[in-house]
Amino acid sequence: MQEVLVDKERCLGCRSCELACAVAHSASKTLLGAVGEAKKPLKRIFVHQTEAGKIPLNCRHCAEAPCIDACIAGAMHRTAEGVVTNTGGPAECTGCWMCVMVCPYGVIRSEIAQRLAVKCDRECLDEAGEPACVRACQTRALKYVEVDDFSREKRERFLISLKS
Amino acid sequence: MVEKSIDQATLKMLKKAQRDGIETVWDRLAAQEPQCGFGQLGICCRNCNMGPCRIDPFGDGPSQGVCGAGADTIVARNLVRAIAAGAAAHSDHGRGIASTLLASAGGDTADYPVRDEAKLQALAAEYGIAVEGRATAEIARDLANAVLEEFGTRKGALQFINRAPEQRRAVWDKLGITPRGIDREVVESMHRTHMGVDNDPVSLILQGMRTALSDGWGGSIVATELSDVLFGTPRPVKGSSNLGVLKEDQVNIILHGHEPTLSDIIVHAARDPELLQEARARGAAGINVCGMCCTGNEILMRHGVPVAGNFLQQELAIVTGAVEAMIVDIQCVMPALPQVAGCYHTKIISTSPKAKFPGAEHIAFDEHNAMETAKKIVRIAVENYSNRRAEKVNIPADQMEYMAGFSVEAILEALGGSLNPLIDAVKSGAVKGIVGVVGCNNPKYIQDNSHLVFVRELIKNDILVVGTGCAAIACAKAGLLLPAAAEQAGDGLRGVCTGLGIPPVLHMGSCVDISRIMTVAAAMANALGVDIADLPLAGAAPEWMSEKAVSIGTYVVSSGIFTILGTVPPVLGSQNVAELLTGGAEKVVGAVFAVEENPAAAAKLAIDHIAAKRKALGL
Repeated sequence: MQEVLVDKERCLGCRSCELACAVAHSASKTLLGAVGEAKKPLKRIFVHQTEAGKIPLNCRHCAEAPCIDACIAGAMHRTAEGVVTNTGGPAECTGCWMCVMVCPYGVIRSEIAQRLAVKCDRECLDEAGEPACVRACQTRALKYVEVDDFSREKRERFLISLKS
Repeated sequence: MVEKSIDQATLKMLKKAQRDGIETVWDRLAAQEPQCGFGQLGICCRNCNMGPCRIDPFGDGPSQGVCGAGADTIVARNLVRAIAAGAAAHSDHGRGIASTLLASAGGDTADYPVRDEAKLQALAAEYGIAVEGRATAEIARDLANAVLEEFGTRKGALQFINRAPEQRRAVWDKLGITPRGIDREVVESMHRTHMGVDNDPVSLILQGMRTALSDGWGGSIVATELSDVLFGTPRPVKGSSNLGVLKEDQVNIILHGHEPTLSDIIVHAARDPELLQEARARGAAGINVCGMCCTGNEILMRHGVPVAGNFLQQELAIVTGAVEAMIVDIQCVMPALPQVAGCYHTKIISTSPKAKFPGAEHIAFDEHNAMETAKKIVRIAVENYSNRRAEKVNIPADQMEYMAGFSVEAILEALGGSLNPLIDAVKSGAVKGIVGVVGCNNPKYIQDNSHLVFVRELIKNDILVVGTGCAAIACAKAGLLLPAAAEQAGDGLRGVCTGLGIPPVLHMGSCVDISRIMTVAAAMANALGVDIADLPLAGAAPEWMSEKAVSIGTYVVSSGIFTILGTVPPVLGSQNVAELLTGGAEKVVGAVFAVEENPAAAAKLAIDHIAAKRKALGL
């Protein structure tokens, strides 16, 4: 299964992933349309800068997802594709914010007016099946890859660094 | 591939490029996608080193830059900087022509005699320079000095704004946007957009308008008028267009860029018997000089030189494998050219001290050794014919005849000496109105498609089209610059065109020559005793891409003419700025911008606008 993984050395902090994520969750699905929409679309990926560098953070879709365990309403669930989401499931989100409190990464946010928890839901894939944030990333800091492919590439780079 | 262009020659050469492993502008666009959303909306600012800053368009992140500038300020500042760059490009071009006229008058440049004395005298009279009983050189010197003075003038206003009707000048004066000096407005725009100076979007945009007016009624008009003095005022002339003008058995030279100073001389140098002899000695049947983009327009307007194509065809001309030399000066010359040329025998020769290209041969050109340099460059092309590789040559057969050369003077001549027949045709409704269609190509849109759909729709509705730049070349390639194209016009326009023997689309020159369109608009307004904004006119840049186009659009709107942009400008990050440009400006300058990517819908906007203006005039 492909995951959104981050090659953090490559992140320039341009926030293009944030913009693309918001647009993919807008009514019009286009940038120029989205800026004119009365209800502003919400991004579900967050670029942060610390002394250690810049990094985009979004839901890891954990196997043992604390947000699913904590969801009292029963809205948060895992789809057949492995996506953790609180929409389209057995119950409606009630905005109790339990998921927000238990998420170790802080990547669940609120749609406060409607009292809804909002998170990465992968409702953003393009024709090629690539998430909007990954497609928007100019430097390929964000990758949508098999985990083992990612780690193999990291090993290869590590070995090259040993040689030089 | 069809979505890249509707030009068959382009499509054929794109296939060849693919086979030859050549990357073109379309490949580079694909590599850039998705393009930065902050840039598209105009909400990134790099004007100081506390930044770079961006505004979150969805109100989810920062709403101000580090300095406190919000989206309105940032979008307006970026727009004004684009206008300043565009105005600078046109105006610096104008300065070059004025300097050449001064050198000519001083006897320093035997290769640049005054070719249109009548125009010299008319312009001198406009500037209040005595002409009676004076030698041409003296008048030329005084005129060149007076024009050069306009760049840094302290007299308060530019001379050429006096061509505009009194009502229009009153609008400019009331708003405080009468341009005070050609260089001054560009400088002030750069100053105002510096960190912590002008932060009010309305104030910034008014300065943008003043800067654009210093181009349209300053730098550009200087470039046009003095080029006519030096190289001759265009008269109707015929030629051919598109990549098929390249010749398999001749030395092909393409002149690409914008200025007529070098290209005009090259046209003459290529007729040199010695060089022709040398070409024949190398097995070529002759020397074929062709144009591209606005350099192409300058020499096609004056000499009927074939034009090989418009902006998106510059790389593809090299891909034919049949171009010995592409000689470039300034503006719209892709930095990719030397790389493309590296796969063929083509030599890229840069000539302007202002524009150098890594990988190109630089042969500095100045007016004092014009013919000598021109011959040297032509010789390089001739010698390079021996390096041509027949197996790499494939010239598409596509070419189309054109009739061009419609300067203001030529239009007056065609009309029998005055604008009255045209004004009468507008009054009677045979011609509903006039639309200027100008500007570039943009690989984000199908090449030439927006130009042609828009223009065909207009002429069908009895609207006379006047064109310049790459838009006019698109029309040339599609046969719309032929008198026979009147068949595609509505009954009224067809009758007028057939009666005068002119095409329904008049090619008025290069992009600085939009000043010719402004001169006609002003003369029509003056003849009717109304403001330009009252006339049934519109402007359009269906496929624009350059900063020059931003300046042009702004001076056209600021002169009172409704203008339709076919590609979306980077201003949508500020609703206030977008609203000002597309709505609020109406009450201020009597015209607005519209943005419409669909060319048929854009044509409807123009047609409806003209109908409304006619109604208001009681026509």
